[in-house]
Amino acid sequence: MRKSQWSAAVIAAGLITTLAACSSGGGGGAEASGQELTLLIGSSGDAETTAVQAAADAWGEETGNTVEVIAANDLVQQLGQGFAGNEPPDLFYMPWDQFQTYAGQGFLEPYAEDLANADQFLPALREQFTYDDQFYCAPKDFSTLGLQIDTDAWAAAGLTDADIPTDWDGLTAAAQKLTTPETVGLSFGREYGRLGVFMNQAGGELVDGDTVIADSPENVAGLDYAQSLIDAGSLKFPQDLEAGWGGEAFGLGKTAMVIEGPWINGAMKNDFPDRTFINVELPAGPGGPSTFAFSNCWGIPAGSPTLDATTDLVEYLTSDEQQLAFAEAFGVIPSTGSGSAAYAEQFPDNAAFVAGVDYAVSPVAFAGAATAITDFNTQLETQGLTDPDAVLGGLQTNLQVALDEANG
Amino acid sequence: MRGSAQGSRRGGGIRRGEARAGWLFVTPAIGIIVVFLVIPIGLALWVSFSDWNGYQSPLNPRVEFVGLENYAAITVDPGLDQQNFGTSVRNNLWYVVFVVPLQTIIALLLAVQLNRAVLRGRGFFRTAFYFPSVTSTVAIVIVFQFLFTASGAVNAVLGFFGVNGPNWFNDPNGIFHNVAAAVGVTGPPPALEGAGPLGVTWWDWLAGPSVAMSSLIMLAIFTTSGTFMLLFLAALQSIGAEIDEAALMDGSGPVRKFFSITLPMLRPTLFTVLTLGLIGTWQVFDQIYVLGTTAGGTITTPAFLAYNTSFEELKWGQGAAIAFILFGFIIVLTLLQRWILKEREPGRRRSVFREPDAAAGAVGADPADRALLAGADTHERSRS
Repeated sequence: MRKSQWSAAVIAAGLITTLAACSSGGGGGAEASGQELTLLIGSSGDAETTAVQAAADAWGEETGNTVEVIAANDLVQQLGQGFAGNEPPDLFYMPWDQFQTYAGQGFLEPYAEDLANADQFLPALREQFTYDDQFYCAPKDFSTLGLQIDTDAWAAAGLTDADIPTDWDGLTAAAQKLTTPETVGLSFGREYGRLGVFMNQAGGELVDGDTVIADSPENVAGLDYAQSLIDAGSLKFPQDLEAGWGGEAFGLGKTAMVIEGPWINGAMKNDFPDRTFINVELPAGPGGPSTFAFSNCWGIPAGSPTLDATTDLVEYLTSDEQQLAFAEAFGVIPSTGSGSAAYAEQFPDNAAFVAGVDYAVSPVAFAGAATAITDFNTQLETQGLTDPDAVLGGLQTNLQVALDEANG
Repeated sequence: MRGSAQGSRRGGGIRRGEARAGWLFVTPAIGIIVVFLVIPIGLALWVSFSDWNGYQSPLNPRVEFVGLENYAAITVDPGLDQQNFGTSVRNNLWYVVFVVPLQTIIALLLAVQLNRAVLRGRGFFRTAFYFPSVTSTVAIVIVFQFLFTASGAVNAVLGFFGVNGPNWFNDPNGIFHNVAAAVGVTGPPPALEGAGPLGVTWWDWLAGPSVAMSSLIMLAIFTTSGTFMLLFLAALQSIGAEIDEAALMDGSGPVRKFFSITLPMLRPTLFTVLTLGLIGTWQVFDQIYVLGTTAGGTITTPAFLAYNTSFEELKWGQGAAIAFILFGFIIVLTLLQRWILKEREPGRRRSVFREPDAAAGAVGADPADRALLAGADTHERSRS
């Protein structure tokens, strides 16, 4: 009787331990075939998921591996969970704004330099995914900002191709002419991701080595220029136009020009198919032309047991052929020099985005910068641009603190 | 031998060994609680004192103990982290101040109305009011997003009455600031210019919920009132009709009856509702998560900030610290509210150990007590 009770207790305890032990899995070797890989992507929709899965399957067939593509609902959250649980996906989309944080914390394997096509990536993108002088991960594709012009409004205002703005004066004039009681000339998000472009065009920068120079006269000049458009009534932010973002305001016909990236093509096609527009390069400022480049890279976790197989897969996925297939399937721009050139030829409407990458810079994204940038956006939203020194002063302080912390 | 000695110590005889069997039976439950509750909370507590960055287990040897650093970063060290935490507490505080009383009052009013025997179609109303509670918050947020866009239905209705509605979910202005601006005060008076607690100026502490937060307040009231209405309804139905009758005989009108009889009798339910409301409102997360960081950070709450700090910035220690501070807040406020709601009529305060019957026997001239007694009498009579 007593014995059976104790054995029951032992069995119960054993069961609990077994259940707990079930969770840990085994690792693989370094072979490049026979692997079961997981690929976590932040997908823009079914088209992207299907295309990535098809590409991964084709590679798997060739090399004898199997790849499971998982479309994340919340990429950053799922990545964090994977790393914390010590079971990160073998390959994943690494967003540019998180890259430096992840690289700085030692999450990522710096594999990109060893890729066969390492030197074919566009320099601006290479730089975006370089941390501590190491090229960490292969850029997947990229977007730059361009200027979208509503061709109907353009014609209605009596403007011709010769009037397409190439500098700030041209932009001021065009925006002024396009402004009517119903439609404002220009609109874009009231945030660093757009206004920062003007600061750069004025010759400004946020960070110079170890020093933050957010409150430089050039940056002030950039914001002053935007404020001059607001004062003239030819620039309004989407919130003031009762729209969620620039593309919506553009689609609704509340603005004749916006500053957005290639994603606007898909949004217009889906939601506002009647809007006809062209993409042109952003006008240059007194400091020269400038735009922002945004990109994701193919991240591989540090010390990955499947490194050989995954780097091979990355080489396959970043080949010009494959990138052009992706471009066709869901409208991204290839991240290699030859690939993007071929893309510009194939999709002349988007050539402006490709042209922009020559002078594009990466938005500031070092570890901890996000908080300072978010606060800057908040200040822009609550205080506006009327006092650029005040908003940039706050950014200067916060960003310097974050930078010092990031540099240890 | 030892076994039997133990057995006899615990009563011996036929009940020998029952304790052991008892422990055996509760082992699965204890195991589940330990695995899913005690260990995670313990681990989170450790994380809040460590520099864990989310890479591999928080117990791996590279993770170091940093003492109160994470707590200091958000509470006493001046900087953006402290300011963000202060702002999120400010936001959530106003949210609680508005949501808890309003949802309780509305739930109670709905319950009282639904409890009236004369009301037709009670079942329909009960379902209708309860419906938002069983719908996913996320779905409701998305519906609200459409209703409250700048060109949405709400503004269309306001426009019909000639009111120019705000851009709800994107408007970061505090409603008290708006009121102040309406009477000509657009900046902080000198007395409020100074920095208040947690790096947020007194002027900003007093901003009230932002317009964006106000729409979330409406959303919360809309969704949770139904749940609490059900709790009140259940409690109201356990108040016998004879008590109502007795009150009527004693000549109390509906208002007097509500405040002197119904409300005191609902005190335990009121406590439950207020406690649940307080806990729920301090943990508000999903609405904010769906809406993202719009409205210039005026809708972030500590729960959302904890998530954001952990996952986006990989400062897991700081995120855990925020969670534990939030835990502390909730405990303190619940205790405070418990203390406020405690029965403390003169002469009764010290009679903690008195039997409830005895208390009822020592009636004063309180009409509620009289009604209670009368109610008890009717009850007796109806039984016999």
